[in-house]
Amino acid sequence: MRITQGTFSFLPDLTPAQVKAQIQYALDQGWAVSVEHTDDPHPRNTFWEMWGPPMFDLRDAAGVYGEVEACRSANPGQYVRVNAFDSVRGWETVRLSFIVQRPAQEDGFRLERTEGPGRTQRYGLHHRQYSAG
Amino acid sequence: MLNAAFSAPSAALPAEAAAGRLDLGALFTESEVPAFLAELDEGLIGLKPVKRRIREIAAHLVIGRARERLGLTSGAPTLHMAFTGNPGTGKTTVALKMAQILHRLGYVRRGHLVSVTRDDLVGQYIGHTAPKTKEILKKAMGGVLFIDEAYYLYRPENERDYGQEAIEILLQVMENQRDDLVVILAGYKDRMDRFFESNPGFRSRIAHHIDFPDYEDVELVEIARTMAQAADYAFAPGAEAALVEYVAKRRAQPNFANARSIRNAFDRMRLRQSLRLFEEGGLADRAALATITEGDVRASRVFAGGIDAPKAPSRPG
Repeated sequence: MRITQGTFSFLPDLTPAQVKAQIQYALDQGWAVSVEHTDDPHPRNTFWEMWGPPMFDLRDAAGVYGEVEACRSANPGQYVRVNAFDSVRGWETVRLSFIVQRPAQEDGFRLERTEGPGRTQRYGLHHRQYSAG
Repeated sequence: MLNAAFSAPSAALPAEAAAGRLDLGALFTESEVPAFLAELDEGLIGLKPVKRRIREIAAHLVIGRARERLGLTSGAPTLHMAFTGNPGTGKTTVALKMAQILHRLGYVRRGHLVSVTRDDLVGQYIGHTAPKTKEILKKAMGGVLFIDEAYYLYRPENERDYGQEAIEILLQVMENQRDDLVVILAGYKDRMDRFFESNPGFRSRIAHHIDFPDYEDVELVEIARTMAQAADYAFAPGAEAALVEYVAKRRAQPNFANARSIRNAFDRMRLRQSLRLFEEGGLADRAALATITEGDVRASRVFAGGIDAPKAPSRPG
């Protein structure tokens, strides 16, 4: 099951040139770009591992792309994403975030239903890899 | 990708290119280089060998573009450079212009200049150097990295010096990412020569070694005049003659730094002019405010035998 989170996730995987172009766009807007990776793409997992600190004061995508490549080769079977943070007052948030690497085999999630008090139904998403089902 | 703006796709080749001929003149003009070279000629006084070298490089880059259009191979030339010369001979100024020229020609994507020295590249403890150097390299991507006094990177007297680590990272990037950034090393000639002797990897990766000559006396006076003009000052006729003498005397004294010495001297002349006007009191008109007189020049310590000579009371500088 293909994970769809972040920008462009319903599109085919971006080519290196497209990734560079997106990074360049972010840099041109004055956003600080960072690279993160994880093996747990659960939508509630907002804390991915940081690949180095966010990169400030960069002018060209080549610098960021080098880090993307380094992160990919160090974490071959993991999800890697690129974030662009806007520090302008009023925004102060991530403006762009997209996945640049996925594992070859994406396990996806399974919906788990639990009976609660008063027959309420609770739902949970479970990573297929971890659940015995 | 880098050359996208210049190398037209084959379907849109200009008519001359299809016929197998290109108007080099037109190509040169459309590249905006001539305007730039003219600006360089005007903006920088003297430095003939440097200008000639820049002209050569610019011409080579334009020809490279032309070759590309006609389907000849033109591998991205190595553009790393070394600027050697005495202090105050315009190395940094030319590096800044170089970044702009290379940007106009499409050889660097952004055309910004990141100017660093040893402190910015080399860390203070184990494991500190590599991230620091890489950080700077990332910032310089798409532009020009200017390393001033590059020979400080290599300290032969300390074999555990972290400079070597920075040099290795630099060399690797200079080799593998030639179209991402251009590195310019600068420093005094003799020390740079020794630096290159002990780091042959650097010498072979740098295609252009440009030597900045010292300015001649006439040129330094011309520089002073240009500086004054830019700051809305003018030298009185006597002052100009005194300036010629000043330059000759100053050159013979220690710590002479070419144009930088002249700039400092000019700044002090402005101070003296201000004080003089202030002490004279009365009314000062536009001309008085803009004129540096012979007295302002001659009050310099240089005429009294240099900075080593005892200071004249109440006449600093």
